[in-house]
Amino acid sequence: MNKQYFDTIDETLYEEKLDNGLRVCLLPKPELAKTYGVFMTNYGSIDQSFVPIGQTEAITVPDGIAHFLEHKLFEKEDRDVFTDFTKQAASPNAFTSFTETAYLFSATSNIEKNVLTLVDFVQDPYFSEQSVEKEKGIIAQEINMYDDQPDWRLFMGTNKALFHNHPVNIDIAGTVDSIYTITKDDLYTCYHTFYHPENMILFVTGNFDAQEMMNLIKENQQKKSFDKLDDIKRQFPEEPDTVKEKNLKINMPVSIPKCAVGIKEPNKRLEGEEYLKRDLFVDMVLDHFFSTGGEFYQKLYDEDLIDNSFFFESNLQTSFGYVSIGSNTNNPETFSSRVQELLLSTKDLEISEADFERMKKKKMGQLLRAMNSLEFIANQFATLSFKKVNLFDIVPFIQKLTVQDVNAFLNSWIEEERLATCTIQNQTVDK
Amino acid sequence: MSVKEIRQNENNIQFHMLPNKKHKTLTFAVKFRAPLERETVTKRALLPYVLKQGTASFPTRKELQEELAELYGAVLSIGGSKKGESHILTFYLEVPNEKFLPETNSLMERAIELLYEIVYKPNQEENGFLKRVFNREKETLRQNILSIKDDKASYANMRLMDEMCSGERYSIHAQGYEEDLSELSNQELLTYYQNLRQEDEMDVYVSGDFDAKQMLDLLTRQFKRSSKKKEASVKDDAPVQSVPSKELIEEDQVQQAKLNIGYRTNILYRDEKYPALQVFNGMFGGFPSSKLFINVREKNSLAYYAVSRMESHKGLLFVMSGIAPEDYDKALAIIREQMEAMKNGDFTEEELEETKLLIINQLKETLDHTQGMIEFMYQQVVGQKEMTIDELFEGIQQVTKEQVIEVANQVQENMVYLLTSEGGEADE
Repeated sequence: MNKQYFDTIDETLYEEKLDNGLRVCLLPKPELAKTYGVFMTNYGSIDQSFVPIGQTEAITVPDGIAHFLEHKLFEKEDRDVFTDFTKQAASPNAFTSFTETAYLFSATSNIEKNVLTLVDFVQDPYFSEQSVEKEKGIIAQEINMYDDQPDWRLFMGTNKALFHNHPVNIDIAGTVDSIYTITKDDLYTCYHTFYHPENMILFVTGNFDAQEMMNLIKENQQKKSFDKLDDIKRQFPEEPDTVKEKNLKINMPVSIPKCAVGIKEPNKRLEGEEYLKRDLFVDMVLDHFFSTGGEFYQKLYDEDLIDNSFFFESNLQTSFGYVSIGSNTNNPETFSSRVQELLLSTKDLEISEADFERMKKKKMGQLLRAMNSLEFIANQFATLSFKKVNLFDIVPFIQKLTVQDVNAFLNSWIEEERLATCTIQNQTVDK
Repeated sequence: MSVKEIRQNENNIQFHMLPNKKHKTLTFAVKFRAPLERETVTKRALLPYVLKQGTASFPTRKELQEELAELYGAVLSIGGSKKGESHILTFYLEVPNEKFLPETNSLMERAIELLYEIVYKPNQEENGFLKRVFNREKETLRQNILSIKDDKASYANMRLMDEMCSGERYSIHAQGYEEDLSELSNQELLTYYQNLRQEDEMDVYVSGDFDAKQMLDLLTRQFKRSSKKKEASVKDDAPVQSVPSKELIEEDQVQQAKLNIGYRTNILYRDEKYPALQVFNGMFGGFPSSKLFINVREKNSLAYYAVSRMESHKGLLFVMSGIAPEDYDKALAIIREQMEAMKNGDFTEEELEETKLLIINQLKETLDHTQGMIEFMYQQVVGQKEMTIDELFEGIQQVTKEQVIEVANQVQENMVYLLTSEGGEADE
């Protein structure tokens, strides 16, 4: 077991890569009552085309299958795993993103039992025709619920405008039609390929003893056997650098129109420090210009183009990346053209040394604050590990960033052909 | 387990120090509490918007945000909320603890100064706030009031409350009213804010790793006020007894219908029966293991969510669910069956004990969160009942099956509200 102390945040991390390939990370925090554990696989809604374990030909599975699988894993032949956690006074949950699926619990007692329940239920799938059919109704409800939310439609609409072929333009849950084609065999195929220990990480943080916990997990894993997994071959369709649709309009009832400008990140696979640096720069630069104290925010505000629903968010992954800047606005067209002008102007802007120092302070403080949360620490550590980045190295990494680097990034960040707009408005406006 | 609270009443302000080593930040909260009233609620709803835009020394939003960034990305939030028949205006400021920072130029003192400035020295001109800011933020609030309709879940909750508690103070919207907003003048708002700071119940909290004595010294040097008017304390409306249940169906352009049900428990936070009500709610619809989730979602695939929530300061209970429009009758029948089952004591001792553990677990987790701890302690102030964490846990542990059944039988259905697709139940 490896032990590493990170003095900038006063935390000690214990970790080990087990014989079956599973990476186990433990961060004891004895001053808290709670323990949080997450078991995450490097598998999300975009992993639709791949070579299944033990085979040679690539297949493509229906939209929404990763999320469907997440739902079904809780159900066993004789029981629902939710009940097991409940009996042990824990709250379980799970989520599926474009790139990961995670199973988690939090508890203040029975910690060892709950960790074992988490690991065991994820590693023991039971899918039947009957239970797969039953789930379709529940997931269809979930999809319909999201379809009623204008903010969600704006989010997915922006991705649809930005991406031609990459599956990030498909809803994580799929569509009501696509989920009805899912079979139990599809679920097993995805499961055996992507839920291999080699493709997963277990992160537990909170109130427990690291050595005892590690022994417990090792002993549990030694009892199980897995097929050998070589590198998983994932396939993604060819994706141009340019956007698919400059202007996408969606009609649905809203009291004020919603509009977002999307920025498509260039198609370049990023990992490790290269990834971290770009991710931080995108984040810090967006914050500098568009947060409520930012120059661009002020302009949009003064021109009456935004209200307090204004948001910006970025999602940079190894195989794709996008930024979305949006708001409720009575003038979606002006909003879009102004945001694009402002973005394009960054080519000739320069961030001063003093501003950059403040940006760094803010980013470091934000990270420290986020680390109050066990969920943040565990989830972020796990997702970043798939990109070969260590969460606990970020604070010192920020201190080393230079103003020259950020300006070089800034001046090459935006290209017109990588910008698109999505608007949500009432039917009557357009027809 | 316990929460250490050091309390001091000074300068007509109640200070609460919550020193603990759980966090990497210091969290400050300033709370102003007054009765929920239609005449004042729109003003109280607008204040957070205006106050966030700048102070006397940091007159623009940009300058204020830059100062927050200098304090290592300190986070300021100002908001209004209702608890029972009170309205609470809360200022939160969270700063990283100096312990984790490369340089420590008295971040804590600077944070307190800034908090004081935000509360006491807003950016004013003549007899009001900055005119430009006032007009603009009025518009922002107006748009927010309008856009509640876009979030169907919140909208359905609001409509249920409007109709069920019509004529009661509790139905007043914490976000304010569009029609009152247009008539509100800048001067009125500033005058109201000045009075509020003098007359509201005022509580100041700090949570994090700090020395309580030093912190109290720093705070009491800044935060002072002359004696407040005495009669300002909040009086509750009388409980509503014997309620016939009503049904209201409204239509909107939705794919998923929202079925919400309101009940009267008439059990308040300070009541002896409150722990039994908590356990009742946990078994009925508070957790994924509860009757509602299991029967509405898991066994019948009728809903994506089906939960129950308590309003502890007014004695209400709400069921909220998202269903397919055509399943209305079936879903309502199943929800009612679950309530009947609770009234008939149709649950095991084992389920009872599990639920108690889940509730205690949830409370412990809340106390691990910095704002969670402050809100928990404040709940006791508003609820007029003080107890230690251990007493609280013991109260829950001692709840018997008979007590849960007794509480269940005290819960009266008051209103069924359905927000459904146009064309209604016959749809699809």
